[in-house]
Amino acid sequence: MDRRKFLLSTLALAASGCSDPRSHRNAVYMLVDTSGTYAREANKALLIVNYLLGTLEPGDSLAVARVKSRSFTEKDIIAKATFDARPSQANAQKRAFRDKIDAAFKTVLGSAYTDITGGLIQGAEFLNEGSAGTKTIIIFSDMQEELDKVTVRNFPISLKNIRIIAVNVVKLSTDNVDPRRYLGRLEEWRVRVQKAGASEWLVVNDLDHLDRILRRG
Amino acid sequence: MSSQSWMLWPDNVAASVLLLALLAMGFMYAARRPTHELLRSLGHMLGGPLRVASRWLSAAAVEINNRNKAVLLAHGRAEVGQRIEREFERLGAIVTRDLQGYPTLQRKLLDGITKIEEDYKKCGEVPPSPPDWTEAVAAIANVKSTGNELVLRVLEEIKRSVNTIHDKAIGEYRKSYETRHKILEGFMPFWRSVDKNLAQVEKNLAGLQSSVKSVDAHMAKYEQINAGTDKAQHALTVSAFTQFAIALVVMAIAAGGAFINFKLIALPMSEMVGAGDYITSSLRTSEVAALVIIFVEASMGLFLLEAMRVTHLFPRIASLNEVLRRRMLWVAFTLLVTLAGVEAALALMRDMLIADKQALLQSLSTVQAVATDGWVGRIPTAGQMLLGFILPFALSFIAIPLESLIHSARTVGGVLLTALVRTLALVLRVTGQALRQASRVLIRLYDVAIVVPLLAERIVKGSRRSGRRRGAEIGIDDAERTHA
Repeated sequence: MDRRKFLLSTLALAASGCSDPRSHRNAVYMLVDTSGTYAREANKALLIVNYLLGTLEPGDSLAVARVKSRSFTEKDIIAKATFDARPSQANAQKRAFRDKIDAAFKTVLGSAYTDITGGLIQGAEFLNEGSAGTKTIIIFSDMQEELDKVTVRNFPISLKNIRIIAVNVVKLSTDNVDPRRYLGRLEEWRVRVQKAGASEWLVVNDLDHLDRILRRG
Repeated sequence: MSSQSWMLWPDNVAASVLLLALLAMGFMYAARRPTHELLRSLGHMLGGPLRVASRWLSAAAVEINNRNKAVLLAHGRAEVGQRIEREFERLGAIVTRDLQGYPTLQRKLLDGITKIEEDYKKCGEVPPSPPDWTEAVAAIANVKSTGNELVLRVLEEIKRSVNTIHDKAIGEYRKSYETRHKILEGFMPFWRSVDKNLAQVEKNLAGLQSSVKSVDAHMAKYEQINAGTDKAQHALTVSAFTQFAIALVVMAIAAGGAFINFKLIALPMSEMVGAGDYITSSLRTSEVAALVIIFVEASMGLFLLEAMRVTHLFPRIASLNEVLRRRMLWVAFTLLVTLAGVEAALALMRDMLIADKQALLQSLSTVQAVATDGWVGRIPTAGQMLLGFILPFALSFIAIPLESLIHSARTVGGVLLTALVRTLALVLRVTGQALRQASRVLIRLYDVAIVVPLLAERIVKGSRRSGRRRGAEIGIDDAERTHA
């Protein structure tokens, strides 16, 4: 906090006695793809979770869930927490959260199919239940959705006011043969989430630029 | 509409322009008088109100200046009056302290002097005169020695007796001198005592004299202020500006201290009021809470100094009776100490929170940092706690420059306002004058534009006048002839 902010706060204190009604809390729902060969990328997902734990502030929420053959279920949520408003308690919660994630990621089992849409619907539900000012769903996946024959996901979904960030979207071997498949896949997802009312669509492949994931409300 | 539509002869631009110019000139010549009137009226219309406004502002500036002067002199009178009062109090204290011991001192001096006088008298006593037989000895000494044995024996006997008596007289004489030397030696402590007492008297009188000089200077200043001289006003204004500048610098330093204080307690305050609430989009409630604590500390400091009668910002506190004032002093002091203690605890908590956060971040990162334990690592913690405890007390002294700033701001603001009003008055006056002159210039320019018809008019008027004159001359000649 700089000197200007100090003066600003002095003026704000003098000018108003009421608090800002908008919520400044961040809520992040992270989907981790554990299907097929992508399960090997779990270590990178751990890096992102650690980054989020280090960056999220007291009062923010975080949930980490698996993407499996059918992901529209609370059972796939590995860990979730709304950090306490007190920094010391929030730090303790973050430690417990990290331990839980560490333990869960040690025994990652690959799934036959990838239900990203189900995960998104579940994530949107989780985020809309809270009162966070900024809601973000991070999809740690190659964005290749594969559904079994009985699972139905081809209907319009609602992601209103939710930011969707696709992280570590690796190229498949078929993408190398024809890059249009990769680009087409990303474009398809962009159109779909924007049609669903998402406030932002972002792809972050370089894990050195994770700061783009979070945006303060 | 084509660009050549205004041309009367599209093939001949010069002829068209000339004709149009002639037409315009004719029209302008016809409209000369009303146009002149219009321009003159415009000049008056715009310049007049500006001039009036300028006069009003000048009068307002004089009034503000007079009011400033009255306030300044009243303030200066009160201030110098207080100083004189304090000087008199000091003088009274000096007189009470030093001059009340004067009867004793005087008695001491008189005793010393009496003793010295007595001793001096004792010193003045001469040794006893030689006995009468000295004359007999002188007569015998004149007796001529003829070698007579009897005479020689008598003379020797006399010599021996005289020598004995001489030795005895010398001894007595020396003894007498020794006694007198002893008396003189006994003088020394009295002399020293008298010298010391006189030096003390001199010192006291010098102190008194300097205080009296200071009172004289203040009185001269007070008289000047009372007389309302320009010199006094100037001196007071300069003094107010100096005070204002100094108070401003001190306040800026205090603001720096408050900022450090704020940094110390803003983070740990989130542990009390939570870190998730915001007052504005970027301002947390915890930061505002920290600010409130700092303001409360500053207020307590203000009340403390007010109750100690160092500052006089609140007349209500100044007019409290002694018991209530003392109670207030102790309440303010207790609250200040409590808040300082809270701040020290918060500073410690800040350090712990930062350490906890660092530990968490290190545990989340892949590379683990080596922990630095020992007394060196505890220095910042101790420093923060100490700062947290000291800064509230240091901030409490803001009251002094604040009072100075408030008092001098009235004078400085008044002077600046006067200068601003005067500048505005000048600008309005200059603008009004410029507009009037501009209307005159426009009238001249108008005449320049229709110089040809004006020239023609002058020629026609000239020929008419000469014709009339000629006619008049002819009439006179005819009359003369008729007369003749």
